[in-house]
Amino acid sequence: MNIFVCVSLVPDSTTKVKVSSDNKSIDENGVSYIINPYDEFAVEEAIRLKESKGGEVTVISVGTDKAKEAIKKAFQMGADKGILIKTSSADFDSYFVAKNISDYLKDKDPEIIFFGKQSIDFDGLLIPSMVSELLGIPSVSVVVKLDINDGKITAEREVEGGKEIVEADLPVIIGAQKGINEPRYPNLKSIMAAKSKPIEEIEAASLDSRTVINEMKLPPAKTGGKIFVNGKDDVPELVRLLREEAKVI
Amino acid sequence: MSKKILAFIESKDGKFKNSSFEVISEAKIIAEKLGSDFTVLTIGKTDENEIKELAKYGAKKIITVDLDKLNSKSPVQGIKYSPSAFAGVISEAAKKESAQIIMLSATSLGKDLSGRVAIKTDSAVFNDCIAVNVADGKITASRPVYAGKSITEISTDCENILISLRPNVFKPEISDNTQIEITETDPDSLNIEAGDFSSVVKDLIVSDEKLDVAEADRIVSGGRGLRGPENFNLIENLAASIGAATGASRAVVDAGWRPHSEQVGQTGKTVSPSLYIACGISGAIQHLAGMSSSKCIVAVNKDKDAPIFQIADYGIVGDVFEILPEMTEEFKKVVSN
Ligand SMILES: Cc1cc2nc3c(=O)[nH]c(=O)nc-3n(C[C@H](O)[C@H](O)[C@H](O)COP(=O)(O)OP(=O)(O)OC[C@H]3O[C@@H](n4cnc5c(N)ncnc54)[C@H](O)[C@@H]3O)c2cc1C
Ligand SMILES: Nc1ncnc2c1ncn2[C@@H]1O[C@H](COP(=O)(O)O)[C@@H](O)[C@H]1O
Repeated sequence: MNIFVCVSLVPDSTTKVKVSSDNKSIDENGVSYIINPYDEFAVEEAIRLKESKGGEVTVISVGTDKAKEAIKKAFQMGADKGILIKTSSADFDSYFVAKNISDYLKDKDPEIIFFGKQSIDFDGLLIPSMVSELLGIPSVSVVVKLDINDGKITAEREVEGGKEIVEADLPVIIGAQKGINEPRYPNLKSIMAAKSKPIEEIEAASLDSRTVINEMKLPPAKTGGKIFVNGKDDVPELVRLLREEAKVI
Repeated sequence: MSKKILAFIESKDGKFKNSSFEVISEAKIIAEKLGSDFTVLTIGKTDENEIKELAKYGAKKIITVDLDKLNSKSPVQGIKYSPSAFAGVISEAAKKESAQIIMLSATSLGKDLSGRVAIKTDSAVFNDCIAVNVADGKITASRPVYAGKSITEISTDCENILISLRPNVFKPEISDNTQIEITETDPDSLNIEAGDFSSVVKDLIVSDEKLDVAEADRIVSGGRGLRGPENFNLIENLAASIGAATGASRAVVDAGWRPHSEQVGQTGKTVSPSLYIACGISGAIQHLAGMSSSKCIVAVNKDKDAPIFQIADYGIVGDVFEILPEMTEEFKKVVSN
């Protein structure tokens, strides 16, 4: 099958965020970057599909040179080829990424395109469904189980209070959620093999993002929490405060 | 020229979701600030009296689309509904109403629709917003990024904007409006094509009747401090005493003590209830990512230096095995008063 996976590079989830001096982005000093955790589920699902049905897995990332790190991680897991849609800065929105990915894929006859359900930096949850509309092919996101048979997919999608069973025809876009699989750890052999896999670079289209960041700031710090230290004896007072002061019960 | 708003609202089992009232109230506020008005769109069967109730949140004009009529246009038979067709209906309704602003709630459905509708209507997306402002006729919005570790204020030069609101953040406001006009729109008049049914929901698996954390206004969560799955009755009893949903940290989900659907945090659900009680949870940054925007946070932990206390509004340093039963009893007393 002709399989694609879109990945992004994001700050490690333990990163302490500091705002840089432009007040519009995070201070990158001391930040370590990883492949977006949900994208690992996407890569794993793509590799498993290749292993069962044959074909080739191409990884796409939109970003600066640094984004190659995410592609390399996918190589180590077993992806075959990489495409870096190269930008001059990291300042772009979901629409920009979706449009670039769609423009690239337009004439590549994808049969299935995997995404993570969301990126943990800007938490958009937008790109898979935008690409779906731009390419005119169906998408299912927050997928925890996927079956592919006779050109059709059946997916379980997590929603509030349960799951939806969604059907669609190939080609299709899948946004992977935790639970769909257990991503593999690359072994030494696959890490070595990854080194010789090619990354093709193409220039990102010169189009404008639709949203702009005016300001980035830290959330207001919480202070003055009332913490009791006498254990059980403090429970009645705490409950009284929850009722009379906080008015939450 | 001031921009009109289309507010898309959701119902479940014939009842409007609470997030729907939040969307209507916020649409009313934004419309007033822009000096324009708003129309409410609902897809699905909801009874006439339910719909009339929307007047009290300030909705004056409602468009309804019958779900069965919509579904009957699907090339696949026997579907529950189609998210892609919903996107088609919303986009077409916005065009018909000449609404340049579309508002909805960032629920599972809302998140699934946002990207689709934005492309269909050439809109910029302000998603999962926690505040929306209007200054000099221009809309800006605040939204959490990096899992709530930072907040961005965003704007756009696009004519069309889609705004999704984080559930449970905006307060439904009751107004004295009683005027309401309900129009049923036939899907046939909406330019919906077979291609709009590219993905269809064939079935819904409802996880037992329990309240979902993502929708709950009160949550009691348990972590590794509970020591084993057999002790989660302490969490369930406490939750039951105040009608709360139960949540969990990833550590206990990974250990198989609790289902993934209960996990709160970066790789679980994002919640902002009015009350969040964290029991035996250390407060790792990925857990905070999912719950730090809760309005009132209460922590119970035996370690006084646990990070959870740094964001707690109230807390007790102590043993969950002693405190939770006591708290359950106290809650019962207070609630029955
Ligand atoms: C990429 C990534 C994503 C993640 N996503 C999530 C996520 O979505 N959600 C999430 O929760 N975590 C997530 N984590 C994991 C997170 O880092 C923590 O490991 C996890 O939250 C810890 O769970 P815990 O607080 O239950 O356990 P612990 O950290 O072990 O804390 C247990 C706490 O219980 C207290 N305690 C022990 N006994 C008692 C007692 N008898 N009475 C009172 N208190 C007691 C202890 O003092 C301690 O503070 C993620 C991690 C990574 C790397
Ligand atoms: N810069 C990027 N390049 C390629 N794919 C991306 C990029 N950003 C996000 N994605 C993909 O889109 C998914 C959803 O991202 P988002 O809509 O930002 O939450 C991610 O899990 C990735 O699979």
